[in-house]
Amino acid sequence: MKRWSWDRFQNFSFIFPALVIFSIFYIYPFFYTFVLSFQDYDFISTPKFIGFSNFREVLTDREWWSSMYNGAFITLWALTFQNILAFMLALGVDRVIRMNKFYRVVFFMLPILSEIIIGLLMKQLLSSEPLGRDIFNRWITNLGLGFFAQDWLGSQRVRLVTALVHCWKGFGWAFVIFLAGLQNVPQQLYEAARIDGANAWQVFRKITLPLLTPVIALVLVLTILGTMQAFAMILALTGGAGGLTEVPVMRIYNHLRFRLAGLACAEGVILGLILIVVSFGMFFISKKIREKYGVLPS
Amino acid sequence: MYVKRMLKVVLFFILVSVAGSCIKREKIPHLVIWHWMVDRQSAFQALAEKYESETGVKVDFKLFFPPDIYSQKVIAAARAGNLPDIFGILGEKRMLASFVKAGHILDLTPSMKEDSDAWGKRFYPQTLRIVSFPPNNIYQVPSGIYGVPIDTTVLQFLYNKSLFREAGLDPQSPPKSFGDLISYAQQTKSKLGIDGFVCGWAESWLLNALATEWAINLMGEEKFLKTLKGDVSYTDEDWIKVFSLFAKLKESGILAPNITTMTNKEAEDAFAKSKAVFSFNGSWAVNVYRQLNPKLEYAFFPLPQVSSSFPIKVWGGAGSSFMVNAHSPYKDKAVKFLKWLTLPEQQKFLIEATNNLPAIKGCEDSLPPLLKSLTESFAILTHPDIWPYNEDSRVIEVMNRGLQQIVMGLKTPLEVAKEIQTTKERLSQR
Repeated sequence: MKRWSWDRFQNFSFIFPALVIFSIFYIYPFFYTFVLSFQDYDFISTPKFIGFSNFREVLTDREWWSSMYNGAFITLWALTFQNILAFMLALGVDRVIRMNKFYRVVFFMLPILSEIIIGLLMKQLLSSEPLGRDIFNRWITNLGLGFFAQDWLGSQRVRLVTALVHCWKGFGWAFVIFLAGLQNVPQQLYEAARIDGANAWQVFRKITLPLLTPVIALVLVLTILGTMQAFAMILALTGGAGGLTEVPVMRIYNHLRFRLAGLACAEGVILGLILIVVSFGMFFISKKIREKYGVLPS
Repeated sequence: MYVKRMLKVVLFFILVSVAGSCIKREKIPHLVIWHWMVDRQSAFQALAEKYESETGVKVDFKLFFPPDIYSQKVIAAARAGNLPDIFGILGEKRMLASFVKAGHILDLTPSMKEDSDAWGKRFYPQTLRIVSFPPNNIYQVPSGIYGVPIDTTVLQFLYNKSLFREAGLDPQSPPKSFGDLISYAQQTKSKLGIDGFVCGWAESWLLNALATEWAINLMGEEKFLKTLKGDVSYTDEDWIKVFSLFAKLKESGILAPNITTMTNKEAEDAFAKSKAVFSFNGSWAVNVYRQLNPKLEYAFFPLPQVSSSFPIKVWGGAGSSFMVNAHSPYKDKAVKFLKWLTLPEQQKFLIEATNNLPAIKGCEDSLPPLLKSLTESFAILTHPDIWPYNEDSRVIEVMNRGLQQIVMGLKTPLEVAKEIQTTKERLSQR
């Protein structure tokens, strides 16, 4: 018994430093966010408990729901356009094609670049003089599509443009995960299917897609979490554009700048809860699909 | 065996740190000052060296940049009780009030008032009001002077004289009215193909400052303040007229493309490179333009009037200020240093080095002509920090966003006015 306790103490001593650091920098701030969300606090004065006032204010604030709509709009584009593009590219690179390693590197370059750099770069590319260099408009004019040239960041289209830039920057992540998933599909299944005379579509529908369901679910959840919390690139690209591209995290950031710490924390808690519910919903749906297709033992 | 060795190492480190903390450190009498003014660091250091040679007191100016990071550092230091001897506070007056109420800032009123108000009399009254709280103020702060302004800021319109000349306009006659502004800009645009007006309207405070100036000119300061108090609605006819000015700017086609996604730095760059004929910016721009394009020929001009019924007011007064840490062991030395820093000699040095407007009177002769022209507006300065009522930051946020949407052609002035009023009513019910 004594020996067991000593062993246990020894083991615990190894994880103790990590546990302390994790508790101070992760667990404590996580719970403190909840505490602050019930308070009126400007970082300097003594916090004042105000019950659910901050939550009531967030839930009845049109601007908050407008920012949620903007976030959802960009997320919808990311879920569809970005992920379909990533999936198709992963399928292409997974095949034995020439220079597939080169493509892997190229497609993964964008996600590793700084969001701020991407935002500023695209701002230069898409903005007309005097703000930018009007490069994109010049390109399309040279291609004979001059009638399409316009003020990309100064009109209502700015929301769509932001969504597309986000997709362009983010598809590399989905690409890498899809590619890893595709390379884990046993080749024997494809060979057996071909021997049985299955065509490409049947192979894709009956083998690739069902076996990739967990990966797709993971990518979808990561896309939702990542896009709903997108911030830096949008801040650098548009700065909010009259609220048209103000996403939830940008709103939280602005409230922190106004020293409305309690309100910002309440917004963070609400956003977190929504994302948790959506993520669990996605995993639940994924599980049901896998059960239906017999990928998981039901 | 391994565990015993590890325990020995841990014990050794504990002993060393305990012993280290027990050593009595000699207190070196020197002042530490935190600031965010990157353009002034070398000038501050030169002044620090001069002060040390004159008095023997070492002054250490520590720069933290960008301003957001600086702000966070000051707040964190205040929470931890680690504020330096002298520091600045960025943000609204509400923030200064919180620092005062928490006991972090020394009340400088006795120092300002001693010797028949000798120190206090040096300053332009408008600059001192920014860091003062009158009796019965809305922030519930004990009345007093809690900071030392070191410069003054004024926001005004600017025009490019060379472009005026090229467009056939008189470079000595800037626009006087809103109508002039539009017609001059249109003339420049049609003749030279250059944008009429550029401004960093992604940073919505510039929009807010301009809207405020036009609002005060159109409805008078009294009615403007009544709106803040809640006695006049934002859907009032005069407010709709104010918001309509931005719609007219949009319709006239003089605004630079993407103006609502343009930061002030980008707008400054565009104006300095003669890519627009008009701009709206602060007095700090003189230093910025000097660095970006020393040959730029430009001048400031007063707000183009939208009404002759009420006088114009100019957004300004709030430059940079320093506060003394109420818990500093060297607070007397800190006050002495700030008195020295705000002597004409040091202020003139700062003017030459950084091209900022001084906070004290008597330096006008040292000002370059461009800045000298701005001192004429010192008597008509206005700023939220000196108003008896203040608007909720969330209402201002809705107004700024609404103005951006008007400029983008997405909303009408009436729609924006209704949104602002709805937000104000919703918040006032809390």
